[in-house]
Amino acid sequence: MTARVLWRKSLSAVMLSLTGVCAFVAVSVLFLILGYLVIHGGRSVNWDFFTKLPAPVGELGGGMANAILGSAKLLALASLIGVPLGLLGGVYLAEFGGHAAGFVVRYAADLLNGTPSIVIGIFAYALLVLPFKHFSTFSGAFALGIMMIPITLRSTEEFLRAVPLALREGALALGASKWRAILTVVLPAAYRGILTAVLLALARVAGETAPLLFTAFSNRFWSPGWNQPTASLPVMIYTYAVSPYDDWHRQAWAAGLLLLGLVLVINLLARVVLSRGAAVRRS
Amino acid sequence: MPSTANSSVSLAAGLPASPGRELAGEHSMRMNISKLNFYYGEKQVLFDISLGVAAARLTALIGPSGCGKSTLLRTLNRMHETVRNARLDGEITLDGQSIFLQDVTQFRRRIGMVFQKPNPFPKSIFDNVAYGPRINGASRPLSDVVEASLRRAALWDEVKDQLHKSAYELSGGQQQRLCIARALAVEPEVLLLDEPCSALDPISTAKVEELLVQLKSSCTIVIVTHNMQQAARVSDFTAFLLNGSLIEFSPTPQLFTTPADSRTEAYITGRFG
Repeated sequence: MTARVLWRKSLSAVMLSLTGVCAFVAVSVLFLILGYLVIHGGRSVNWDFFTKLPAPVGELGGGMANAILGSAKLLALASLIGVPLGLLGGVYLAEFGGHAAGFVVRYAADLLNGTPSIVIGIFAYALLVLPFKHFSTFSGAFALGIMMIPITLRSTEEFLRAVPLALREGALALGASKWRAILTVVLPAAYRGILTAVLLALARVAGETAPLLFTAFSNRFWSPGWNQPTASLPVMIYTYAVSPYDDWHRQAWAAGLLLLGLVLVINLLARVVLSRGAAVRRS
Repeated sequence: MPSTANSSVSLAAGLPASPGRELAGEHSMRMNISKLNFYYGEKQVLFDISLGVAAARLTALIGPSGCGKSTLLRTLNRMHETVRNARLDGEITLDGQSIFLQDVTQFRRRIGMVFQKPNPFPKSIFDNVAYGPRINGASRPLSDVVEASLRRAALWDEVKDQLHKSAYELSGGQQQRLCIARALAVEPEVLLLDEPCSALDPISTAKVEELLVQLKSSCTIVIVTHNMQQAARVSDFTAFLLNGSLIEFSPTPQLFTTPADSRTEAYITGRFG
């Protein structure tokens, strides 16, 4: 073996191991976080954690039932705001959007997607908190809903575009109007993809803290209705983690574990939905 | 019917050579195309096409790839309007009435279309066939319409026990017959087929061809094919297109045995295309 070949082979080996190590590090970060959460928070994940209100300052125990319910309410309302807007906007882009209008909407959606979440929080604060002079579940859900719009919109567009033209023509040739063809043929053909996108958008905003800090704020008690400040998991984690109490630190870890678990479950669900065989056979 | 007489006149006037004139005299015309020019943007793809579609007969459009035969077919149910920057001038009539003056969705219900690749909807077999009657408001019970359409498409015996299975579980040939059944379910007056067998195996092709021959007694059919044998087997009239122009339009036996134009002869004897 000549020196040149030897040099090439060793360089290849070095590079291969380097990329392999980097890939390993990238993956192991997730497992490190997961392991850390389990070690520190696992002990505090118990029945009380899911069912009890936070204990008064200085007392041990208590739970985060109000934050769990608060997060659920926030996510549900955020979906009600973000999903219809994103979905119908995506339908417009994929089916109707002309060249110029399509470009503007698409570009704006991408910019909105890249907008720092704290900025969206300020926006919601100025629009829905200041005029009413109090924090509310609604304002928090509004901020999260805005964040869901661009993700839902762009994915809906992508999945609708992937529906073969032949299906649209088939429906039109039978005398369907355009909106009818979209509603009865194109959307059903793309629903798995769109559902996946909605789930991923949910997973994305489930962990958002910044937009909630000055919209939904937080609450040590149950939050009745939609007009009161509410506790949420991400904000609870923030509050508890910077507190001086060991018990609160443990509970913050537990809440982190719950949140990460939730996001993982949503992601897995999205994968299952998508892999259940593509609804439309591509050829 | 006076409209038929009108159609015949314009047909005879628009046809290039003599053979077409005989057609006009013998058969009543269901559709009539006169002086049709078609453009995609600046590019003209059809030049001054005039052609009559005989009622209850099978008309085949043949020609090499890119000759405009599919484009011509798609103007017959105004499907070209879904393409941005497509435009045409000239006139197409159905039973003597201009198709461009009618409401497009109402009009398309009278013209069935079957596409090159089977395109069943991601729904059950039943729902595929029932789609048209559902959106158009069925007068008969849906199950009757579905059964009758599947029988007409010679698919009923193969699928009658699995109507609620996904249409994607059928073979390619079955899917194409399902698409034909779906088109027949709205009882179209004219059935357009755009190379319906190009994605099918020979056995499925034979079944579809047999079906077409049976159907033409009750339905006017226009088929685009680049399979000349297929045109010869199933059609009554054949139009040969080349580079967007109608070269020859004759009764099928005549076009394939004694073509009037040297280009037709060159094409059917396989010298090009």
